[in-house]
Order: sequence, then C-alpha cells, then structure tokens
Amino acid sequence: MSNFFKETDIDTSQAEAIVTETLKNCDDGELYLENHKSESIVLDDNKIKSSTYNSDQGYGFRAVTGEVVAYSHSNDISKESLRKSSDNLKDTLKSKKGTYNHEIPKTNSKYYENINPIESKTFASKIDLLKSVNNYLRSKGSIVNQVTANFLGEHKSIEIIRSDNQVLKDDRPLVRFNVSVVLEKDGKKETGVYGVGGRQSYDDYLKDGSWKDVCDEAFRIANVNLESKPAPAGEMKVVLGPGWPAILIHEAIGHGLEGDFNRKKTSAFHSLMGQQVASEGVTIVDDGTLHQRRGSLTIDDEGTPTENTVLIENGILKNYMQDRLNARLMGTKSTGSGRRESYKHVVLPRMRNTMMLSGKYSQNEMISSVDKGIFAVSFGGGQVDITSGKFVFNCTEAYEINNGKIGSPIKGATLIGDGPSILKEVSLVGNDMKLDPGIGTCGKAGQGVPVGVAQPSILINKMTVGGTKL
Amino acid sequence: MIRDQEFLKDIASYCIENSKKLGATDVGVKVIHSVSENVSFRNKKLDESNRADSFAVNLTTYIEKKKSSINSSDLSKSNLEKLIELCIDATKITPSDENNSLPDKDLMSKEIRDLNLYDETHYPNDKKIEFLKKVEETASTNEKIVNTEAGFSENKNNFILANSNGFLGGYKTSNFSSSCVAVSRINGTMERDYEFGSTRFLEDMMEPEEIGKIAADKAIKKLGPKKIKSEKIGVIFDKRISKGILSTLASAISASAIARGTSFLKDHINSEVFPNSINIIDDPKIEKGLGSQNFDSEGVETNSLKLVENGILKNYLIDTYYGKKLNLKSNGRSGGTTNLYFENGALSFKDLLNSEKKFLYITETIGHGGNIITGDYSVGASGFMVEDGELTYPVSEITIAGNFKEIFKNITLANDLEMKYSTNAPTLLINQMTVAGK
Repeated sequence: MSNFFKETDIDTSQAEAIVTETLKNCDDGELYLENHKSESIVLDDNKIKSSTYNSDQGYGFRAVTGEVVAYSHSNDISKESLRKSSDNLKDTLKSKKGTYNHEIPKTNSKYYENINPIESKTFASKIDLLKSVNNYLRSKGSIVNQVTANFLGEHKSIEIIRSDNQVLKDDRPLVRFNVSVVLEKDGKKETGVYGVGGRQSYDDYLKDGSWKDVCDEAFRIANVNLESKPAPAGEMKVVLGPGWPAILIHEAIGHGLEGDFNRKKTSAFHSLMGQQVASEGVTIVDDGTLHQRRGSLTIDDEGTPTENTVLIENGILKNYMQDRLNARLMGTKSTGSGRRESYKHVVLPRMRNTMMLSGKYSQNEMISSVDKGIFAVSFGGGQVDITSGKFVFNCTEAYEINNGKIGSPIKGATLIGDGPSILKEVSLVGNDMKLDPGIGTCGKAGQGVPVGVAQPSILINKMTVGGTKL
Repeated sequence: MIRDQEFLKDIASYCIENSKKLGATDVGVKVIHSVSENVSFRNKKLDESNRADSFAVNLTTYIEKKKSSINSSDLSKSNLEKLIELCIDATKITPSDENNSLPDKDLMSKEIRDLNLYDETHYPNDKKIEFLKKVEETASTNEKIVNTEAGFSENKNNFILANSNGFLGGYKTSNFSSSCVAVSRINGTMERDYEFGSTRFLEDMMEPEEIGKIAADKAIKKLGPKKIKSEKIGVIFDKRISKGILSTLASAISASAIARGTSFLKDHINSEVFPNSINIIDDPKIEKGLGSQNFDSEGVETNSLKLVENGILKNYLIDTYYGKKLNLKSNGRSGGTTNLYFENGALSFKDLLNSEKKFLYITETIGHGGNIITGDYSVGASGFMVEDGELTYPVSEITIAGNFKEIFKNITLANDLEMKYSTNAPTLLINQMTVAGK
C-alpha cells in the first residue's frame, strides 16, 4: 500500500481539508492518487530488444457540478500544487452550485490479491523464459522466420479521498505474456499471435511448461494462415467461435450501452431501454467481480464497488453501464463502471468483463446449418462508431463454410455490421461459453483500460465479410 | 509556466553523472516538461476543463553492449537516485546485443535552428470558451444537428535530450488544437462527423465558424446512407484518409520492419513501388511544421529525404540500432517520419472525380485492417457514390479490400495537397479495389 504523502510537505488530513474546502459547493468530485509501477521486457529477433521499468505517481483532482467537470492533474504531490489545482477547479465552477452526494457503498469483497508481479518473479528468470520461448519456437524448423515475446507487468496503488474524509484504497496487479511468431513458406509470410494474462503473478499463467501452450497456439495460428486463400466479399452467414470473438459484443453493443453516450443521446441505443434489442435467448452482462480477471476491479476508479451488471436479458435492454456523473444525471445508481487510464485522465463509464451467456446449441449444429458462410475463430481488434452503430473487427483465423462443412482457411478480413440490428440476427446461441485468455485493452477517448470478454459460439444470419473474392 | 532549459539540463546532467558513477559506460536521457489546458463544450454549455502539468524522464543506461531503460514522472533526486540504481542493476544482467550503442558522434545534430515551433501566447480559458461558443453556434444552426461537442486544447512543451558522448540539445514547442463533432439525425437514425484544426501558433488556427460549419455540413451530408452491392470499383480517398497510405508506407519501410523481415516492401529498395509520377518526401525542417524537428529521438541530425522518387523507393527510415543490423547509417528517423507528404499530382480534384463515370468516394475508414507483413488490407468504410463527377448519395456499412503492393501501383494523385497535419496527402484515386456490401 502506497503512502502518498510520505516525503511530501503535506499529510493526509491537510489533503482532506483541501478536498473538503474545494468541493463544498459541488455535486461530486474527489482527489484521486495513484502510484503505478510497470515493466516491459521484450525479446525480438533472437535478442532481448528492450527492458524498461516505469515509475509514475501523481494525482487527479476533480470537481463536478451539474454536467460540468473540472479536472486538474499533476505528478507533483505538494501543498502548492494541490492548492493551484484547487484554485483552478474553483475558477472553472465559480458560478455553479451543487449539492454534495456523499454515499459510496462499502464492500468487503476482493477480487485479486495485493501482490507486485514485477517483484514476484526475478528479472533473470524472466529473461531465461523469453530465451526458452525463442529456442522452443525456433526448434520447430526453418519455417520460423521471426519470434517476439514479451512480459508486461504492473502494480497500481490507488487512493481516493472524498469530501466527507472517506478514503478508499485498492491495489491492483496486472500481467500479460505475449508471443508472436512469423512463419515463412514458399515465399509467403504469416503471423500468429497469442497471449495470456490477468490479475495474478506471471507464474500463475506460465507454470509447468504452460508457456509452451502459448507458443504452440501462436505457431498453430500462423501455420493455418500460411494455407489461407483470399476471403470472400459480401453478405453471408457467420459462425463465431467461443471466447475472444466476443469483442464483437464489446464493439457492437458494449460501447453503445455506456452511460455517457446515452445521457448525451449520441448512442444508437439511447431510446431503446426496455425494448427488444436482441434475439430471445441472448443475455449479456458486464461483470467486474470475476476473480483475477483482467477486466475485474474490487472498486472502480471513483471508489464504487463493482458488480455484475445485466445489460441485456433474454433480448431485452435492461441497464446501461454507469459512473457517478452519468448515473446522477440519468437518475440512477453507479454500476461501478467509472474507470480511468491513470491519474492523468478523467473518469468515464467503461466496460469490465463483457459476456454473452451460454444458450443450448452446439457449435456443430451451427456449422452444419450453414450452406455458404465463414467460421471465425480469432480476431485482432475492433472499432465502433457509436452514433451510426457501425462496427468492425478483423479476423486473424477464419475458415470458409461450404454445405455445412468447414473448408479452407481464409485470409484476414474485416467484418462489418450494425450494432443495434446485429443481435437480432443472432439465430443460435451455443452452450460453450468461454472467457478470453486475458489480453484485451479497450480504447475510448484516448484512454486505454484492461478489459475482458466472453461468449459461447454464435450463429449470425447475415454479416458483411470484407474479403477480396467476389 | 513551462520550466526552462536550465532546469531540465540540470536533471539530465544529474542522470548522466550518477549513471556513470554506478558503472554505466554510455547513457542517454530525455527530460520533458509539458503543460496543457483543455476546455470542452457540449450543446453550447461548458462540459469539462482540464489542466495538466507533467514531467517525464526517460533514461537508458549501457554497460558495453548491455542496455536497460527506466521512465519516471518524479524528478526528485532521491527518486532518480533509486531508479538509476535499479536501471544499472537491470543493465548488468540483461544479455548483450552487439547492435546496442549511442549514435555515431559525427551524425549528431550540431546546431539548433529556430524552426518557429513555439508560440508563447497563452490563450486563457475564457477566450477558449468564447471560441467554442462560436464553434457550436455555427455547428448547430441547422435543425438536423441534434448534438454538438467542441474542444480547444493548448499545449506547451520543453525538453532536453542528452547523452554521455557530449550531446545536449532541446527546445520548446507549442500546439493549439480545436475540434468540433456534430451529430445529425433524420428519421431516428444518426450520423456523426467532425472537423479538426491543429497549429503551432495560435494566429494560424482556423476560424471557429469554419470548424463548426464544416463539422455540421459533413454530418448532414452523411444522413440516410445506403449499403451498396459488392463489386470491384475505383475508390477515391478523401484527404482526411489518403494520408493513411503514407503512414502504411512509413511502417513498411522502417528499418525495424526491414531488418526483422516483416515488411511487404523488404527487398524493394531501388525498385518501382508507385507509378513513376509519384514523389514522396519527408522534410523535418518546415517552419511551423507539426512534424518538424531539429534532430530525431536519439539526437541524430535530420534532413529532408526523398523516400520515393519517380515511383522508386529510395530510402528506408533508419535509426541507430536497426541501421547497424542493415549496415546502414542512421538518417535521423528514430521515432519515425517528420513532415511526410506526397508531392502534388497533375489532376485537379474535379478532373479526378470526372476521370471515370462511377467511383466510390471514401471519407472515413474504421478498424485496423492493414497487415504490414503481407500487405493485405481490409477495413470498414463510409463515404459517397460519385456518378458523372458528382457526389450522389451517402454509403455506409461496407468494406474495402486489396493488397498494398497493388494499391500503391494503382494510385493517381490530385493536386490539392494541404499541409494540415504532420502527414499530408492530396485526394487520391485507387484504380480498383474490392468493395464488400450487400
């Protein structure tokens, strides 16, 4: 646990006094303190390409009245700096008056341990493992053209000081281990990428040689892609595999159900609350409480305990994801979805672990029902225009389906769809829900936060596949 | 207030001296201070004001051919002392790499030219608010516009880059930017579009009315889009996205991609990559340029480079490390391109639109569907159909796909280049791409 005021000219009670004084005429706000340590060790092209250690500490001071947010941040935790920030906030909100809302629910739950993953594995053993990864993959033959592997680990301590002198704290470990391999055969090159991670120590993901599984999976994907043919172009049926392909859910509807876009009425979903937005049998939740998952949080970045928020139940839109600001303005409660990348960023309502729950069909039933379409197993990334509702994601492993049978692998292609209508095109929901391996980062308004996704296999009646073959 | 050079130099020297004391044979360090003030508006009301004051130090220590780095935002000497120790400890046990080194001394930048990159004008928040009010008032004139957001940001930066070979240089830069996002609605469906201006000097900023009007006009024009049939068709890239072709080229000719063998342009140096009418230049010394710099991120002198001359690929973008791997000298491109642009083509915008009966005109792409290793490209897109030289109706929920090797060879440029960003391209036509729609 960090003591943010050690070695500064200010103590907790003086900071609390400044917070109380600054926010006395506001609706909400807080002083958010953060200490962030992270490391990145990269092996590339047979060499340790870089080893970097980052140490960052600072505060973000926020005052909110009505719809207006005043924010000031600095990495100088001192009396003078806080006073300057306080003046800045008061100046912005000088003509505004609000009523302070104190209530933050309490929690005794914890969804991860306070460990520092950077220290829990020695630097030398990380270097050794990276070398083993390189040797292991390169031993698979001269077909291996390039190997990149990296460790990303961090430990973040946060402290939130509120106007009623309430102090909320959280310590968050996060790791990610990634392998990327480039294979070359007959002049053709293809990549395979795979990774694992979450809020535990590295060894929880890599012990007993399980790092080899990560390497094997990256190798397998690249190998499949070496045999790939040009992808088809046009509308067709699409079967999505379980797990990571749920970034479709994240892009297609997750962003559109974030509170800010609905309060501002810029989301394609803003007038659809209580209505049928998905086929019957489709239930989607956003859950911050899964143990050790990449998108989980004990408390969000405003101090609210996270929860399992039901977004869509049996096809009906039930809830948006809310931070305190948007919840207050929309007359509802925070769902513990207020997140920020760091003390340098304002809080926004964000996703945590977004999941479509299992239905009753098998993946085989889906595939055998398709005359002509594609089977998408893995994706790179995605993006959405929340206003028009159009979203895309890029396949990194996909196959043709012909007459109910899986055919040749196809080249990476973008799939495009329309958020509000896509879920009505989901005709079968599989019984094989799977969580992703713990590698997702979601970007919004220039802020990246770790997230998770999960889904079973699903059959989509109609989607546009952006290949080159007409 | 932005801290002065002396303050940053003092920290840089402290880092170098202490690293050497603890056993570093070489040291590189960058110290940065930046202050930014942003104000944003929504529907003609103040939405957010944000002030940021941040320091950063990036230190790399070498022990012979071993290397490790630390970054921190805390410039206190007690913190730096601890981190330097940590960095040296990590360096000692990091395996060596024969290509690790500081840049050659004779390549370092010798003098700092004033490129007019710093405007000391402070634009107080009250002025920003007035500016944004005008932006939004213009943007919301038409009743089809149901939502507007506008922002103004002012950034001031100062930095020092230094290394243990005696290099020490830095300078101030500034940036003012303003944007407007407009949401239009008709029959329950919405579209969004934007306009954005970014300048080194406040006086060069677009007029607020212009920003608001362009954003609103574009959002209204997009209303009621159709999804078109899948077909092969000539595709025109609007200037907003045509610059993306140059960003792809830059990634594909970076020394790292070439040395690692992960570029579709590997082994294409001195061969024809574009039609022979095309020239591509990267010029770091443009006055007030958004991508201008005196030296690259390692302190190496940067000068104007012709990357592509008469369609032939002439230069890679080379830094010290990957230059050594390729047996080439750094050309001052550690950190990438600077002010990168296509030289103007021969056709006017109008003549380009009229060069065939029918085109697809793309104003926005969505997704990250470019693969630098294979050159394969597939992204979501929206824009307009062009028939007989006129934009006839908006199009969305389609994809465009092809391979960059082919795309590059089938480019025709218009002559409407503007230097609005750090990477700039005129409107361009790609003779044929696959469009996937219905």
